[in-house]
Amino acid sequence: MTDSKYFTTTKKGEIFELKAELNSDKKEKKKEAVKKVIASMTVGKDVSALFPDVVNCMQTDNLELKKLVYLYLMNYAKSQPDMAIMAVNTFVKDCEDLNPLIRALAVRTMGCIRVDKITEYLCEPLRKCLKDEDPYVRKTAAVCVAKLHDINAQLVEDQGFLDTLKDLISDSNPMVVANAVAALSEIAESHPNSNLLDLNPQTINKLLTALNECTEWGQIFILDCLANYSPRDDRESQSICERVTPRLSHANSAVVLSAVKVLMKFMEMLPKDLDYYGTLLKKLAPPLVTLLSAEPELQYVALRNINLIVQRRPEILKHEMKVFFVKYNDPIYVKLEKLDIMIRLASQANIAQVLAELKEYATEVDVDFVRKAVRAIGRCAIKVEQSAERCVSTLLDLIQTKVNYVVQEAIVVIKDIFRKYPNKYESVIATLCEHLESLDEPEARAAMIWIVGEYAERIDNADELLESFLEGFHDESTQVQLQLLTAIVKLFLKKPTETQELVQQVLSLATQDSDNPDLRDRGYIYWRLLSTDPVAAKEVVLAEKPLISEETDLIEPTLLEELICHIGTLASVYHKPPSAFVEGSRGVQHKRLTSSAGSGESVESPDTGSAAVSEAPPTVIPSQGDLLGDLLNLDLTPPTSTGPPPTTAPGMQLGAMDLLGGGLDSLIGDESEPPPIPLRTDTPQSPQPPHQSPSPPHYSPTEVAPGNHTGSLGGDIGGSPAMGTGFGAPPAAMPASFNAPISGGLDDLFDLGGGGGLTMGTYIPPKSVWLPAMKAKGLEISGTFVRRSGVIQMEMTLNNKAMSVMSDFAIQFNRNSFGLAPAGPLQILTPISPNQSIEAALPLSTVGPVMKMEPLNNLQVAVKNNIDVFYFSCQYPISMLFLEDGKMERQVFLATWKDIPNENESQFQIKDCHLNSDAASNKLQGSNIFTIAKRTVEGQDMLYQSMKLTNGIWVLAELRVQAGNPNYTISLKCRAPEVSQCVFQNYETVLKN
Amino acid sequence: MIGGLFIYNHKGEVLISRVYRDDIGRNAVDAFRVSVIHARHQVRSPVSNIARTSFFHVKRSNVWLAAATRQNVNACMVFEFLYKMCDVMTAYFGKISEENVKNNFVLIYELLDEILDFGYPQNSEPGALKTFITQQGVKSQSKEEQSQITSQVTGQIGWRREGIKYRRNELFLDVMESVNLLMSPQGQVLSAHVSGRVVMKSYLSGMPECKFGMNDKIVIDKQGKAGSNDDGAKSGKQSIAIDDCTFHQCVRLSKFDSERSISFIPPDGDYELMRYRTTKDIILPFRVIPLVREVGRTKLEVKVVIKSNFKASLLAQKIEVMIPTPLNTSGVQLICMKGKAKYKASENAIVWKVKRMAGMKESQISAEIELLPTNDKKKWARPPISMNFEVPFAPSGLKVRYLKVFEPKLNYSDHDVIKWVRYIGKSGIYETRC
Repeated sequence: MTDSKYFTTTKKGEIFELKAELNSDKKEKKKEAVKKVIASMTVGKDVSALFPDVVNCMQTDNLELKKLVYLYLMNYAKSQPDMAIMAVNTFVKDCEDLNPLIRALAVRTMGCIRVDKITEYLCEPLRKCLKDEDPYVRKTAAVCVAKLHDINAQLVEDQGFLDTLKDLISDSNPMVVANAVAALSEIAESHPNSNLLDLNPQTINKLLTALNECTEWGQIFILDCLANYSPRDDRESQSICERVTPRLSHANSAVVLSAVKVLMKFMEMLPKDLDYYGTLLKKLAPPLVTLLSAEPELQYVALRNINLIVQRRPEILKHEMKVFFVKYNDPIYVKLEKLDIMIRLASQANIAQVLAELKEYATEVDVDFVRKAVRAIGRCAIKVEQSAERCVSTLLDLIQTKVNYVVQEAIVVIKDIFRKYPNKYESVIATLCEHLESLDEPEARAAMIWIVGEYAERIDNADELLESFLEGFHDESTQVQLQLLTAIVKLFLKKPTETQELVQQVLSLATQDSDNPDLRDRGYIYWRLLSTDPVAAKEVVLAEKPLISEETDLIEPTLLEELICHIGTLASVYHKPPSAFVEGSRGVQHKRLTSSAGSGESVESPDTGSAAVSEAPPTVIPSQGDLLGDLLNLDLTPPTSTGPPPTTAPGMQLGAMDLLGGGLDSLIGDESEPPPIPLRTDTPQSPQPPHQSPSPPHYSPTEVAPGNHTGSLGGDIGGSPAMGTGFGAPPAAMPASFNAPISGGLDDLFDLGGGGGLTMGTYIPPKSVWLPAMKAKGLEISGTFVRRSGVIQMEMTLNNKAMSVMSDFAIQFNRNSFGLAPAGPLQILTPISPNQSIEAALPLSTVGPVMKMEPLNNLQVAVKNNIDVFYFSCQYPISMLFLEDGKMERQVFLATWKDIPNENESQFQIKDCHLNSDAASNKLQGSNIFTIAKRTVEGQDMLYQSMKLTNGIWVLAELRVQAGNPNYTISLKCRAPEVSQCVFQNYETVLKN
Repeated sequence: MIGGLFIYNHKGEVLISRVYRDDIGRNAVDAFRVSVIHARHQVRSPVSNIARTSFFHVKRSNVWLAAATRQNVNACMVFEFLYKMCDVMTAYFGKISEENVKNNFVLIYELLDEILDFGYPQNSEPGALKTFITQQGVKSQSKEEQSQITSQVTGQIGWRREGIKYRRNELFLDVMESVNLLMSPQGQVLSAHVSGRVVMKSYLSGMPECKFGMNDKIVIDKQGKAGSNDDGAKSGKQSIAIDDCTFHQCVRLSKFDSERSISFIPPDGDYELMRYRTTKDIILPFRVIPLVREVGRTKLEVKVVIKSNFKASLLAQKIEVMIPTPLNTSGVQLICMKGKAKYKASENAIVWKVKRMAGMKESQISAEIELLPTNDKKKWARPPISMNFEVPFAPSGLKVRYLKVFEPKLNYSDHDVIKWVRYIGKSGIYETRC
C-alpha cells in the first residue's frame, strides 16, 4: 500500500465523504481520512470545512495521527479561531505528558498556532517547559519563545520569558544554548536598542565552549551571534579568533563561512604588525578555496562572498587565481561569478594566464558569458597597464571572428581603452571601421561613433562614416543620437572646411525635428557656441578628458563594510544591505566594522596586498542612482534645508536655461579677449556666475567623454550623468571658484584684527558630528565654532572612514543670516588616508551674501572632495558674531533703551543657574556681552548689558538675578527682534557651561 | 530564518508544502512555480527574489526543493539544510523521486516538523532521527528509552546512540579521490587538483574512540624532527601536502587545530569522515594528446592519443574518452586500436570506451569527421576533450598510516577489530582543450 493514492482523489462530494470517514469508529479509517485531508491541503485545496471533524481526531494515542492533526491545526487554526480553542485542552494535557517527545511536540505546535486565545493558554506550559528536566523539551521551548514573541511581543516581555531565555545561555546542554542564542538573536533584531543579547566576556566564553559541542546548525547560530560582538581590545579579539579558527575545517560550508565572517570582522581589531594577523590571513585562504568544490548552489553563495572578501582584503586570495578558472560544465551562474573574481584578482603577475583564459571563454556558447568575458578583457587592459597591448591584440583577434555580439562588445571596451590610454592604440581604428555596418546595438554604435568623432582628424572618411549614420537619425536611440551630434561637432571643429553642411544638418535634426529635450538642449548649446565663438567652442568641446579609472565597479566602501558584517547571508548574495529587501524593523540596523582604536596601525590596506590601492588611488564613482539623486539636489532643491549654496552657484541652480542665457552670453560676450575657458578659470574677481560655480564637473560632460561604466555616453550638457567621470578626476581648477571670497575675506580679517585682544574664558561649544560618515560615502565631519581675537573660526575634524584616500577638499556656504563665508580656501594640503582624521580651521568672514535662515543661526555647508559633494547644516552660537567693541556708553544705552519700542522687548527665563550676578557678568564678558551698569533693588541684582553683532545690530539686555533663586529673568531689546531668541539661547548656553 | 519549505514535481505541482513563518503565504508556493519552474529561460541563479520573497532551490532528479524566506537568512545554511534534507530523505526511503515523495509524504511532514523548528534547523542526523521517527507509528517506549533518545538528539554525540553491539567489530575505510585536470592543447597543466573523501563504514560496539592517521606532510615532518634525521628524510618523501580538509562533525576540530590529530567517536554505519584537497605532486593517471586538423570547410581530422602514467602492474578501468564534434557533423569514420568507439549524434561527441588499460601504455583513436556546409558564421567553440576512468590508487599519494580503535568499557581491543582499506581514484572533471 502506498500513500501516493491520496494525491489522486479529485471526485466531487469528496469533502462530504471525508467527513464521514473522519467520524468513523475504526482507527485505521480515521487515519486514512486524515492523510487524505493533508494531501488535499498540500495541493492547495481548501479543506477548512472539516475543521471540527479533524480536531476530534486529536485525542489519540497514535503519535503519527496526532502529528497529522497538529499539522492541519497549524494551517487552519487562524481561519477558525473559535474552534481552535477546542484543541487547547489536549495541548495543555500533552505538555504534562510523561514522554518528553510528546511534551516537546505539544509546546512546539502550540507556538505555531497564531490565535490569541490559544496563546494565552500557552504561557503556563511554556514556563514549565523552559525549566523542564529534559534538554529536548528545553531546546524546543527556547524556540517557542521566539514564536510567541513574533505573535505578541508584549506578552513575552510581561511574562518574563526573556530573562528565562537569557538564563538558558548558561544551560548545560549545548543544543539548548544554541537554540536560546538563535531565539534571542531574532528577538534582539526587532529591538535594535535593547540590550537583550548582553554579550560580555563571560557569555562569549560560554558560547565558545558550546560551539565545540553542539550540532552543525547550532554552531552556525552561535557564530552568527558572535559576529555581532565587539571585542574590548585586540587581545580579546585574538583569543576569540583563535577559538573560532578550528571551525574552518568543518564539513558544513555554512559553519565555515560564518566562521570566516567572525574572523573578517575581528581581524579589524588586530594590529597589522602582529604575527597572528599574518597567520590568520594565511588560514583564511584554503577553506575559501575548498568551498569551490562544494555543490554548485553553495559555490555560488561562496563566490558572491569571495567577491566581497577580495575587495576588502585582496591579499587573502591573491595567489589563488587558478581556482577561479571557469570549467566547461560549471552552471552559468557560477561561471559569471568566477569571471568577476578573476578580474578582481588580475595583476601583472598573472595577467598572461588570465588573458589566455578569457580568450578561451570568448568562444563559448552562452551569450551573456561571452560578452562578460570580452568586457573582462577590456577591464584587464584598464587595470593592468602592462597588459594593455596584449589585451588590445586579443580584442582584435576576437573582432576577426566576426561573431556579431563579440565584435560589438569588443568595440565598446576598446572605446574605454582609448580613454584610458589616449594616443596609443589608434592604429586599430581602421580595423574597427570595417565592422561599422554590423553594429546593431545602441551601445556599440555609440561607442563607434565616439571613436570616429574623437579621432576624426586621423580617419580620412570620417565625414562619410558619420553621414551614413545620419540617414536614419530619428530611428536611433537617444544614446546614439547624442553621440552622433557631439561627434559631428567635433569633426566640424577639426575639419571645418568640408563639413559645414553636415554640422548644420545634424544641428537642425537635433533642434528642430526632435522631441527629446536633452538632444534639443545639447543641439542649441552647440549651435550658439559655434555661431558666437568657434574658438571657445573648440576649447569646450575638445577639452582634455579626465582619465577613467579601473576601480569604477568596486562596491562603495561603507556598503562593503556593512556587507562584510553579513557574510554568508542573503545580503552578501544580493550585494545589497538587508534593509533593501527585508521589510519591517528587521535588518534595518546597519552593521559596521569596528577597527582598532590606534589610528596609526589601523590604516586600511596593508602594504602587502593592496596592489589596487597603491597603484592608483581608486576613485570610487558613485552609482548612477546616487548621482542622479545628488544632481537633483544640486539643480532643483530650493535653498531651504540642505540645498547647495546658491550664491556661489547660480549657474547650477538655474540649470541649463541659465547656461544658455546669462551664462553663455557672459562667456562669449567680451569680444576683445578670448573668453576664459570655464575649466581653467582663475580670475578671482570674475563676476560671471559660471566661474563661481564649481564648474569643472559641469563642463566636462560637454566633451562627451563616454562614461566608463555609467553607460550613458556623454549624457547631457550642463551638469548631467557624465558627472561621474567629472568628479572622478580631481579637477585642477577647483579652488579657483573660492578665490573670490578670499580677497574680501582677508581684508575683513585685518579689519577685525584690531578689534580686541584675546578674551579669556570664551565659551567654545564641544564638537558635534555635522556630517555622519554614512551620509557622505565615508567622510565624517565634526566641528565647532570659535571666536579668537576677533576672528571667527570654524574648527573641524575630518575623518576618513572609507577605504580610499580622500583629497581635493573644498568648502562653500549657502547664503545665511549674517553673511558668514569662508575667508579662505579650506586648507587641507595632504590627502586623508583611510581611517585618518585631520583637524582643519577655517577662518570665516561676515561679508558674504545675506539671506535670512530658519533658525537664524543655521548655516548650510557644502563640502566637496574627490569622491562627491556633500551637504550638511549646522548651527553656530550667535556669540561668534558679538564684536569686541560692543560696550555701549551708559547714556547711549539709556537713550537707546527708551528709543526702542516696547513691542520689540522680549522676556525669557533662564532656569537652574547657580551663579551670582558678578560671576555671570564675568562669564558673559568672555563672549563679548558687556555689563554696563548694575543696580540692586530689594535683593535683586539688575545687570544692564549690551552687545553688538557683526552686521551692526545692537542688542540691549536686562538680566535680573535674585540671590538664592536659580531662575534668572532676562529682557532683551533690539531693533531687529528676530535675533532675540538666538541671543537668549546663547545666554543660556554660556551661563550653564 | 526559513519561512517555508516546498517540494514540487517537474511540472511544478506541489508535493509537500510546509510553512513555518507567518510572513510566507500560500501565494509564495505559486510564485516560485510561475517564476522559476515554469520560467522560459534557463535558471540563472539558485537564489531568486520574487516579490520581496527570496527562494533557494536545489533539484534532485525531477524534484524541486525550495526554501522561501523574507528575512536576511544565512544563505549558506539554507542550502546546506536543503542538501541535508535530501540526505535524510534518501536515508529513509532511497532515491528522491516524485513517486517516493508522494508515497512518504506523511513521513516527510513528520521529518520536517522535527528537523526544522520555526525555520531553525535542528538535529538532522539520520542515525538519530531513525530512533524516534519511524514509519511504524510510535513504539511504546520505556522511560529510559525516551530519555536516551532525547539526550542523544540534543547531546554532544548526537550522531551515535549508546548500546550498539556487534559480534564482529569491523571497519571499512575507502579513500575515494577524484582528479581534476584542465590541460592546454600543448600539454601544459592549467589547473589540477584532487578532491578526496575518506568514507567509512563502521560496525563497532559501544562508544569507541577512534584515531585516524595518514601521511600528512605536517604530521610526518613534525615526527621527523622529533625522531632521527634519517627516518624523517625517508618518510618525508612519501608524505603529501594537504591544502585543506574538512571533517564530519564527529571529529574534534580543536584537537585537529592544535595537534593535527584526527580523533572521533564514529557514527554507526556509513558516513564521510573527511574531505580534503591537494594540488601538489598529483599523479595524473592519463595524458591526453589531441590533434585536430581542419581539412577544407567540410572535413575535420581528429587524432587523440591517451597515455597511462602509473605503475605497469596496476589496471585502470572504465576508461571513457569524449571527443566533441561540431553541430553540423554529418558522418564520422573511426579507427581505434583498443576498445570500442562510437559517434553519438545526440551528444555531439565521439565516445571511445576502453574497459581496462594497464599502466605505462599508450593507445590512440583517429576520426574523420565530415561536415555539412553551413552559413553559420559562428565558429565551432571546440569544447574540451573529457575523460573518465577509475584507478586503484590515490592520485594524491595519500596513504592511511593507521586507524586505531579504543573502547575502554567493552571487552575488545584495537587488534580485534577487522579493518579494510581501499583506494579508489576516479576522474573528476578531466579535460584537455583541443
